Amino acid sequence: MAVEGKAIDALGQFELGTVLGPVGAAVGFTQSNLYMLISAGLIFVLMMSGMRARAIIPGRMQGLAESAYGFIDDMLQAQVGEAGRRFLPFVFTLFMFILFGNMLGLFPYAFTYTSHITMTFTLAGIVFVLITFVGISLHGRKFFGYFFPEGAPLWLAPIIIPVEIISYLSRPISLSVRLFANMVAGHVMLKVFATFVVMLAGLGTVGPFLAVAPLAMNVALVGFEVLVAFLQAYVFAILTCIYLHDAVHLH
Amino acid sequence: MEVAAAKAIGAGIAVLSLFGVGLAMGNIFSTLISSVARNPAARDIVFPIGILGFALTEAVALFALLIAFLILFT
Repeated sequence: MAVEGKAIDALGQFELGTVLGPVGAAVGFTQSNLYMLISAGLIFVLMMSGMRARAIIPGRMQGLAESAYGFIDDMLQAQVGEAGRRFLPFVFTLFMFILFGNMLGLFPYAFTYTSHITMTFTLAGIVFVLITFVGISLHGRKFFGYFFPEGAPLWLAPIIIPVEIISYLSRPISLSVRLFANMVAGHVMLKVFATFVVMLAGLGTVGPFLAVAPLAMNVALVGFEVLVAFLQAYVFAILTCIYLHDAVHLH
Repeated sequence: MEVAAAKAIGAGIAVLSLFGVGLAMGNIFSTLISSVARNPAARDIVFPIGILGFALTEAVALFALLIAFLILFT
């Protein structure tokens, strides 16, 4: 139940159980896995059915698929330039996966797989390893010159270099925690206000009229969460592009 | 002092950092509005950077919330 004793159970919604009955229980197939598969399927259907028409003047579905592709392409070209084009499949996959994950979680009884730190840290870790690998493979040993900006006086080196290294190593942490905390905070707020609605509605005859206030707050909150879902996917993608710019061009 | 009371006080102190975050948020959007007011043609250039700034600042707010939750619940 949402209310246990005196506390509101806001974090229990993130616990995982197995779905699909005995088949799911045998392999440990959780809601997280189910929604990841649904999201991958939806992205696949969007892109395949969108581009099936191949008209010069796009219809609605094709326009949608093309605008998603063009959005990421423009972002990569603006941040990294022509050399960034080869990262387009990766950044596109990342953006669409996070976007669909955030958005699907807003449906009733659905699960937001991006609300688990394991999930977001894996994504951020992949981005971090990719950036480091690209930087080292493109620039060799000069990659470590990234930590000491040119033009800075040499006596500042013992201060600047550790600070730069720490801020570089904090990138996967900040990327992952930003997405994870946004999703958790949003869904916790939704759960808390929904519990208020239930608690108020049970209070005698005037209860249901009082319960309209947290319900209106919840409606506004869902609207805000749609914005946050898109914004967090966009911020993850654009920060990936900015880090790619750092790796490819070394400042 | 009992542990539960100390946890509650710690969580309360952890979210004091939201004062700085609120200041920064207001700063971002006030600068965005005045730069668009000075030069309306710059809107398409400045707006994405403003939204990026908003999201990064919001992340700091959520770091504070995360620390508060960590103090309260573990």
